[in-house]
Amino acid sequence: MSTPYAKLPGWADYGLIPLINLLVAFIMAGLVVLLVGENPLRAAVILVDGAFGSGQNIAYTLYYATNFIFTGLAVAVAFHAGLFNIGGEGQAYIAGLGVSLVALAFDSVLPWWLTFPLAIAGAALVGALWALIPAYLQAKRGSHIVITTIMFNFIAASVMVYMLVNVLKPAAEQAPQTRQFLDGGQLPKLNFILEALGLSVRSAPLNISFLLALVMAVFVWALIWRTRLGYEIRTFGFSPKAARYAGISESRITIIAMMISGGLAGMMALNPIMGDQHHMALDFVAGAGFVGIAVALMGRSHPIGIVPAAILFGMLYQGGAELAFEMPNISRDMIVIIQGLVILFAGALEHMFRPTIQTLFASLSPRSMGIPAAKTGGA
Amino acid sequence: MDLLVQLLDATIRVSVPLLLACLAGLYSERAGIFDIGLEGKMLAGAFAGASAAAVSGSAWVGLLAAVAIAVLLALVHGFASITHRGNQIVSGVAINFIAAGSTIILGQAWFRQGGRTPALSGDARFSAIELPGAEALRDVPVIGTIYSDLISGHSLLVYVAFLMVPFTWWVLFRTRFGLRLRAVGENPAAVDTAGISVTWLRYRAVICTGILTGLAGAYLSVAQNAGFVKDMTAGKGYIALAALIFAKWKPVPAMFACLLFGFLDAASIRFQGMPWPVIGKVPVQLINALPFILTIILLAGFIGKAIPPRAGGVPYVKER
Repeated sequence: MSTPYAKLPGWADYGLIPLINLLVAFIMAGLVVLLVGENPLRAAVILVDGAFGSGQNIAYTLYYATNFIFTGLAVAVAFHAGLFNIGGEGQAYIAGLGVSLVALAFDSVLPWWLTFPLAIAGAALVGALWALIPAYLQAKRGSHIVITTIMFNFIAASVMVYMLVNVLKPAAEQAPQTRQFLDGGQLPKLNFILEALGLSVRSAPLNISFLLALVMAVFVWALIWRTRLGYEIRTFGFSPKAARYAGISESRITIIAMMISGGLAGMMALNPIMGDQHHMALDFVAGAGFVGIAVALMGRSHPIGIVPAAILFGMLYQGGAELAFEMPNISRDMIVIIQGLVILFAGALEHMFRPTIQTLFASLSPRSMGIPAAKTGGA
Repeated sequence: MDLLVQLLDATIRVSVPLLLACLAGLYSERAGIFDIGLEGKMLAGAFAGASAAAVSGSAWVGLLAAVAIAVLLALVHGFASITHRGNQIVSGVAINFIAAGSTIILGQAWFRQGGRTPALSGDARFSAIELPGAEALRDVPVIGTIYSDLISGHSLLVYVAFLMVPFTWWVLFRTRFGLRLRAVGENPAAVDTAGISVTWLRYRAVICTGILTGLAGAYLSVAQNAGFVKDMTAGKGYIALAALIFAKWKPVPAMFACLLFGFLDAASIRFQGMPWPVIGKVPVQLINALPFILTIILLAGFIGKAIPPRAGGVPYVKER
């Protein structure tokens, strides 16, 4: 085999292979369901019904998806620069400080539509700064970004426990969380959109940050594929050597890409803090930063792939909660397994089925591979 | 004196899982396979160990199960990153999640104790071993206390862990396998040219990693604690990774790094809320974060320089 990763038609490369990988991941998850003594097909039906069965459920699914769009985009931007930002979890967690400090300071004086932009800036800024240090260390001191961002997740967790327990907690309260925000620190819900479509929503946390997430998806698309900076980021990610030869500064791209990534991860904090709970509590990120890795891999680092992938994971979260009611053996931790399997099959093993599919394509229609039939076995 | 001995005793106990996981990572990373899945393998090992020990009533069966499942996950990592040349970081992350999720789901489905396994007792646990003469020497000042309280009275796996340090050093630096293993992490093409299979060598390194993470997991759930609790590794795999970098991928410094991080952990529990001499009261969160902060400072080259194996993280593609 002379060309292990020969070209496939576009629809096979961007549609068929990811789909097969995803399918295998879900079949493996089905095996785990079998192992705990439940019927995987029934589980899937309950899951989908729990995620999309009513307006209420759809609103919850989209609420969770909002988190994953932000973190998925964050991981994707770093991927384009050839960087693996595993620190989205910590960046989102620490960005909660930016959001809640803004909300605590202005919720009694400003209306929500003035607090919101300030909180966006606060979240993005704090998230970006938390990503800046690992980026700087990678660019200037040569530390490995994966290791430093992992370490920064743990440091962020320690900082946040300290801040919530010793600084932000009102003296009279027991639980380590900030005080409840007033109206100026609460984002409006979007449930009316679903109700306008004839669905009924009792009370769901879907809020305006969902729209912000979609705007950010467009922003990332424009940034990566329609700007000079995006071109430089992609060039650097594709071939650092070529980028250096073309006069693109390595450290500049590393730092900028990581700060954009951290800023996007940071904005995730808006959704649960200002959109749902109206206070900041311990561990509000709840793994969304890590789900972003699976979302970015599944969506092939393109916003058009990331948004549906995020909705799929939102579906797993919401449907998984319903599933836990029906099948007590399956808790929401099932999602963590699925997430791991998706990362394994869509990420680390993404090329596993490629040779088979290539052989298949080559034997079925050699011309679709852009090579004459006689040359397929060439050395 | 008593306080110091207690503190050091606790240090040894919390350092052992770090040390086993750290040495585990050493084999893999020295062979050029980055492994951030130490955490997941240790967790899966702890769960399998506690489950098998609970069902069979034998700590040894638990140990075997722990090693078996950790090796299996290590082989998945090998399959993805050696055979299919996938991204090693991505594969490690995947294994951590699969282990974190499935230990909870399976634990709840099999034992119905909220993700715990049944409490282990008697032969289902590795109990403390009294070293010969520990009782007789107890009254000898200083040496007696150190020998009978600090060195004696640990479970078997503690001694195994510390014996693994010279053993690993001997394997890596005094055997042919070790020489080749280090070579394949620095320059796989040279190893390949010499007619040695890069793939098989790296698989063997990954299997060593599996065995040691399995031991680390078994220690957690079958020796140190009496059963599995969900997420019981609590980041120890990552601290071990930090220790590995801190030790610059060398076995003896790895032991000292693990003891240092273990000491920080033990001291933060022992002195929680107490004022320290000179610096005053230190928040416990700062001490918890200290291993990570120290590693970052080291990685940044402000105190010495940690240079990873040169071919680390790069899949080997045979020249055509």
